Amino acid sequence: MSDNGLKAGSNLERMFAAGHFVVTGECGPPKSADYDIVAEKAKALASCTDAVNITDNQTAVVRIASMAAGYIAAQNGAEPIMQMTCRDRNRLAMQADILGANALGVYNILCLTGDHISFGNHPTAKGVHDIDSVNLIRMYKDMRDAKIFQCGEEMPVAPKLYIGCAENPFGDPFEFRTLRLKKKIEAGADFVQTQCIFNVPKFKKWMEMVRAEGLHQEIKIMAGITPIKGAGMARYMQKFVPGIDVPQEIVERIAAKEKGAPQQEEGKKLGAEMIKDLAEVEGVHGVHIMAVEWEPAVPEIAEMAGLLPRPKLS
Amino acid sequence: MITAERKPFEEILELLEGKEKVLVAGCETCVAVCLTGGEKEAEILAAELSIKAKEDGRTLDVDHISAIRQCEWEYLDAIAEKVEQYPVVISMACGIGIQSMAERFPEKLVLPAVNTNMLGMPQEHAVWIERCGACGDCVLGVTGGICPIVRCSKSLLNGPCGGSHDGLCEVTGPNKEEIPCAWQLIHDKLIAQGRQDLLMKVTPPKDWSKSNSGGPRTMVKEEAKPV
Ligand code: SF4
Ligand code: SF4
Repeated sequence: MSDNGLKAGSNLERMFAAGHFVVTGECGPPKSADYDIVAEKAKALASCTDAVNITDNQTAVVRIASMAAGYIAAQNGAEPIMQMTCRDRNRLAMQADILGANALGVYNILCLTGDHISFGNHPTAKGVHDIDSVNLIRMYKDMRDAKIFQCGEEMPVAPKLYIGCAENPFGDPFEFRTLRLKKKIEAGADFVQTQCIFNVPKFKKWMEMVRAEGLHQEIKIMAGITPIKGAGMARYMQKFVPGIDVPQEIVERIAAKEKGAPQQEEGKKLGAEMIKDLAEVEGVHGVHIMAVEWEPAVPEIAEMAGLLPRPKLS
Repeated sequence: MITAERKPFEEILELLEGKEKVLVAGCETCVAVCLTGGEKEAEILAAELSIKAKEDGRTLDVDHISAIRQCEWEYLDAIAEKVEQYPVVISMACGIGIQSMAERFPEKLVLPAVNTNMLGMPQEHAVWIERCGACGDCVLGVTGGICPIVRCSKSLLNGPCGGSHDGLCEVTGPNKEEIPCAWQLIHDKLIAQGRQDLLMKVTPPKDWSKSNSGGPRTMVKEEAKPV
């Protein structure tokens, strides 16, 4: 830990430290060597968020590497949260990439298991899964705090890292989800972003369990929000995306509007309402807005939810 | 047990293209139990090859035999007389048996007729389920006797991923066979055993050097070696 008590000193960490309700966005890099797409998405998110997740071969589909896209995002004004899955890298690559990313100025890292390789565009590839996300968190914490590699060897210059993890309050077994978060906190996670929330009552129940364990005092919790672009998307997620719980009334609320712009408007409105609702939940320290391939909607939703302008730290 | 599935007939024909004298070699152990490569299946494949050759107007001298275990020298010796009569052997044993056959009869062309796929158990009649990946460092003692290495699609050691739902693994898709989530099973089992504290224990990164990642493995039991 550095002199100021901060682990990495990133904007994300400092925003939490200052007690602000923190907003993060998400940028999915393109399936091509296109700098501009990343730059545009980063610019769109820079002013309405405090940091931006850069996904790592999201849904097991090959895209610009999260390290490179994170660097591009930083060049374009958005502080990156580099995502790192256990699916595509063994522990050597995970450590090498974090050293490289850190040397390039990427300080926030989100440790994920990763969607199974069979969902993506190379289903015949070998999934790595050398270590799991709990051990990934531990490994990065040890690199940062103990200046050691996973093998125990020492390094002269440790990476400065603000370590995140994900948790899915809607995954099963439900009661184990808080314990799994606890395991990740013990491993060294500083912040957690949840899977996107549609079933607010169930999320609140999960938060009750989190508070009962006192976990909200040990980790910064960001509630995940995905604005719904249309009834089709809502139905698709309800049916086909594992671990996502979309209540029927949400599908109906969106479907009640006309297709196209009216449904999109309703989706944004719903997103903003949910953010306001979730911000009131004790122990929720911020919101993570994942507008999948709909980044331009984020500023509007943030505005409607009363999150703008973002506080500037000196 | 080791399980295997017969290769598609087309692929077997391709492997045997131009061959005129072929012995189909079954094995009476695992592949016989999983109804893939025992004596009966060897006989059937030989018959199919013979019929196909006749249809195509080719000459093919094909017969079959079966070893008690194709993966042991003594049982290979027992079928040597027959094997010696054929330049080509297509084996229906597991990968170990096929290689043993090739090593015991180095002058023969030994080809595979099956795809060896797992260490599984017969769950019910005609259904086999993967149970072990021979990882070399068994963790069943802390996982309620359920293997997270091969029964969890991501070999997780510290609890379920976010995709576990209704007891099923996220890899189970619509219209796909249902795959139970190994970590739901482990969770339920440990609680049933009153060992839920194990769920909070962090299992450290696995030592894959004890698996095939460390290179091919050799096991020597010094105490059992003949003096
Ligand atoms: S932990 Fe390893 S040895 Fe034990 S059952 Fe699983 S793969 Fe086999
Ligand atoms: S759903 Fe269960 S079995 Fe499937 S990868 Fe996740 S933890 Fe493993």
